[in-house]
Amino acid sequence: MPRKVDYDLCMSCGGCVGVCPFLALTLEHGIKLIVDEEKCTDCGSCTKFCPVGAIKEA
Amino acid sequence: MKDAYDVVVVGAGPGGSNTAKAAAENGLDVLLLEKRPEIGAPKRCGEGFSVNGAKTLGIKPDPRWTINEIWGANIVAPNGKRVSVRYDNQVGWVIERKMFDKLLAIEAARAGAEVLAKSEVVGLIMQDGFVKGVEVERHGERFSVEAKIVVAADGVESKVARWAGINSTQKLVDIDSAYQYEMVVDLEEPDMLDLYFGNDIAPRGYVWVFPKGKDIANVGIGIGGNVSTKTAKQYLDEWIAKHEPFNEGRIIEVNAGGVPVGAPLEKLVGNGLMIVGDAAHQVNAIHGGGVFEASFAGQIAGRVAAEAIEKGDVSEAALMKYDKEWRAARGEILHRIYKLRRAIEQLSDADLNYLAEELTGEDVVAFANGERLAKLAKILMKRPHLIKAAKELM
Repeated sequence: MPRKVDYDLCMSCGGCVGVCPFLALTLEHGIKLIVDEEKCTDCGSCTKFCPVGAIKEA
Repeated sequence: MKDAYDVVVVGAGPGGSNTAKAAAENGLDVLLLEKRPEIGAPKRCGEGFSVNGAKTLGIKPDPRWTINEIWGANIVAPNGKRVSVRYDNQVGWVIERKMFDKLLAIEAARAGAEVLAKSEVVGLIMQDGFVKGVEVERHGERFSVEAKIVVAADGVESKVARWAGINSTQKLVDIDSAYQYEMVVDLEEPDMLDLYFGNDIAPRGYVWVFPKGKDIANVGIGIGGNVSTKTAKQYLDEWIAKHEPFNEGRIIEVNAGGVPVGAPLEKLVGNGLMIVGDAAHQVNAIHGGGVFEASFAGQIAGRVAAEAIEKGDVSEAALMKYDKEWRAARGEILHRIYKLRRAIEQLSDADLNYLAEELTGEDVVAFANGERLAKLAKILMKRPHLIKAAKELM
């Protein structure tokens, strides 16, 4: 299952985009974090990185 | 705006704006793109910047961003022991990144670069193994822009280099997870940076208090991306709750971000491609600062881009001049600082307390600049379990 973003918590910092080994994340317009469900392998790198705990297991 | 440029720079942080400015000053037709609506905001930075750094870069201090003078630092060990250094002259500032970045972009524009905010690069044009341009999305419109050289200055969230086949993924062991409050709070020493160390406080990182005035400070934290199940925010909130007067601070801004603290990329160029700043992992791995490194690299990249285009050769081999010049000036020192980071992160709180007894504040500042490492190695060698860490320094 792909990861899910909690938009109440996400700061749009973009660090997770650089961490994702599969280019599955996009910070659209610098604002909205989008998970590409086709590319996400549920590896959890983004979740481990996130400074605010905004990316969760589905 | 046109449909073709000599150079398209992706990202208008200090790296991108310095690249664009240098390229435009050297006669190139330049487009500088920023995906966010406002250049310099939101900040993802503690905002420390050194006087020496500004001098080296030829950046003239401007009162719009030099908002607070810094004369020294207090380094606090896990047991509370303070190691301080106050210099006889001003050593730096805490700056206002929103103004600093914006003025750099303005300078790039004045040098002749076209600058366009709220314009997002969503893909590359590739042809015969060369980067030939970018796909841009702007206000719901999508269009192509051709370029002889594309500069990936797209920050910690860089994708441009990866689209071109260069693996610049930020590994969890080599990125710090950072969180910060800008707060109104009464400060004891508004001209000193405070740094708090400890594996319980900030594993593989530190808590910082960077004053932006008598009663304003960036209070932030960086922790290793792979070291904890708690978030950077949780660690910082716990620290603040225990520390007066910060627990009474009035929060005027909240920031988060990732800090690349690995070694710089092994290759900074491709065919028609140059990589600059956080995207190239050009960051001081000890203190996490990247404004100077990105700016310095950008100035070289912009100049080399002009030379390459004048000669009509934008191949990887021709652009390697940027890689070589940058590495000769900064590569070795950043590698040394990276090795120091890998050694220091093995230290327990007891080891850090021991170091606080043995070291002066000048020593710690020197370490952060990659100097006096032989002295550090010698002190580590006195403790048998640290001999391995000491050897890694040498």
